Amino acid sequence: MRLAEAWRWLPRAIVLALLFFVIFGPIANMLLWTVAEKWYFPHKLPLEYGFAYWQRVFAPRGGAIESLVNSAMIACGTVVLSLAMAVPAGYALARLRLPMRGLLMLVFLMPQAFPNLPVYINIARLFYGFGLNGTYVGVILVHTTHGLMYAVWIASAAFAALDRELEEAARNIGAGPVRTFLTISLPLAAPGILASAIFVFLESLDEFTGTFFVGAPVVKTLPLLLYTATAGGNYQIASITALILLVPSIAFMFVVERFIRADVLARVGR
Amino acid sequence: MRQRLLGFALVFPALATIVLLFAFPLTYSIAGAFRAEGVWTLANLAKAYDLYRSDIVFTFLIVGVSALLIASFSIAIGGYLTLGSSPTAISALRWLYRWPLFIPFIVAGQLMRTFLAKNGLMNNVLTEVGLLTPIQTVSFLDWRGIVITFVWKQTPFVALLVAGAMASLDRSMIEAARNLGASGPRILFEIVLPQVRQTLLVGIILSFVIMLSVLSVPMMINAQSPTMITANMAFRINAYGDYGVANALGLISCVMTGAISWIYLRYGIREGGRP
Repeated sequence: MRLAEAWRWLPRAIVLALLFFVIFGPIANMLLWTVAEKWYFPHKLPLEYGFAYWQRVFAPRGGAIESLVNSAMIACGTVVLSLAMAVPAGYALARLRLPMRGLLMLVFLMPQAFPNLPVYINIARLFYGFGLNGTYVGVILVHTTHGLMYAVWIASAAFAALDRELEEAARNIGAGPVRTFLTISLPLAAPGILASAIFVFLESLDEFTGTFFVGAPVVKTLPLLLYTATAGGNYQIASITALILLVPSIAFMFVVERFIRADVLARVGR
Repeated sequence: MRQRLLGFALVFPALATIVLLFAFPLTYSIAGAFRAEGVWTLANLAKAYDLYRSDIVFTFLIVGVSALLIASFSIAIGGYLTLGSSPTAISALRWLYRWPLFIPFIVAGQLMRTFLAKNGLMNNVLTEVGLLTPIQTVSFLDWRGIVITFVWKQTPFVALLVAGAMASLDRSMIEAARNLGASGPRILFEIVLPQVRQTLLVGIILSFVIMLSVLSVPMMINAQSPTMITANMAFRINAYGDYGVANALGLISCVMTGAISWIYLRYGIREGGRP
């Protein structure tokens, strides 16, 4: 009986082990590169370990601190701007009778749905005329356009998942529409909206193409630093930058389900 | 009428941003696909087709194959999380599958660039275990690397949506089918999947269009032909300042996206007019 049970566990164990290797193999390889001082073919593991490259990356001229601060500032600006527009829009799309609602939802999909590259080149040309090229505001505007879809869709799903009766009850006992929104709808939808805020934050942190065309060479962000290091064949610096970008992503992955419930997830995009 | 006006006012700022900073430059770019030397022409499209015919097909295949793999893995993961019999295996899987969820594409590209290389950790482990000899190892940094990176990065996203939808289903039907002796796969494909297919479709379409717009992964994994047309667009601009052909390639990706969006709209309307 024991043996039979162990045999039944074998396929599961093999599949889980394979999945473990597939998920963590690439991450382990990157971690090795961050502390490898000497590593070349055909050696399977680094020959020397150390933190010499960390010192280079975080030295004042290494650029990591500057890029990190830039990336964080741009991401915060993007979140504030996106939410200021997405919360009202998401509420209207979820609760008010809007003509052509499906079409409107699709409009917000546009920045995700079309190849961004030719768009960014034309934005760069447009921004050049307004003196927005190479400025933080320009980069924040580009990131906001890109992040609005997540913000609007998730906010709309969060409002749609609310119990209508709570809002109606508040209206029945005399609360106005604004007060009902501020004291009932918004607090109840807050976890979903917070999730969308973190989503937008990470999207902005991740953004590469738009920053490259609109921000470079003045505004340097972490993805630009990562790309320059990879293009120059410097695996250590690229891996250290990748690790800095990886940490907030994985932290969010662990907490996302606290903020965003299954019934909200099931409504995303509807 | 008042509600419509209010609704429109609330949506307006977000809408205006998209129109000004996206729709307008996009229109400009589409028009640019048909402009060369000051006249309306099809020369850019002809040149793009001439130079990048195989890459256009490749792009569609890479993204299509990735989307199919993502769908299969997501159904498998969601299905096991919903119907699996061992709580230990379920919680192990739940803990495992989500790690790449929010890892940026550019970071995923960097991870895979080291992992899938000829002397990367994947080949090193395979030779260490004895499955390969050092001479048999090959680099996966070609179209396969792009597909692997896309599937690695996007599966958790779709699986999370699908598993969420499956978790919010009414369990009584599943239990009834199980009591009648239906097998796990049969319950998955005949009861669970039909109820979550709209969520699955949304996830797959989103992934399809996201993958179609990613520049960093093809640039980092494999920028030589055959590659994706996003890499070609960047090359036309960086190397030649050739906006005409770049915009023509952009138009071609728009057509691919348009086809997918059309399926979504059609499907949404059939489901009751609310996509």
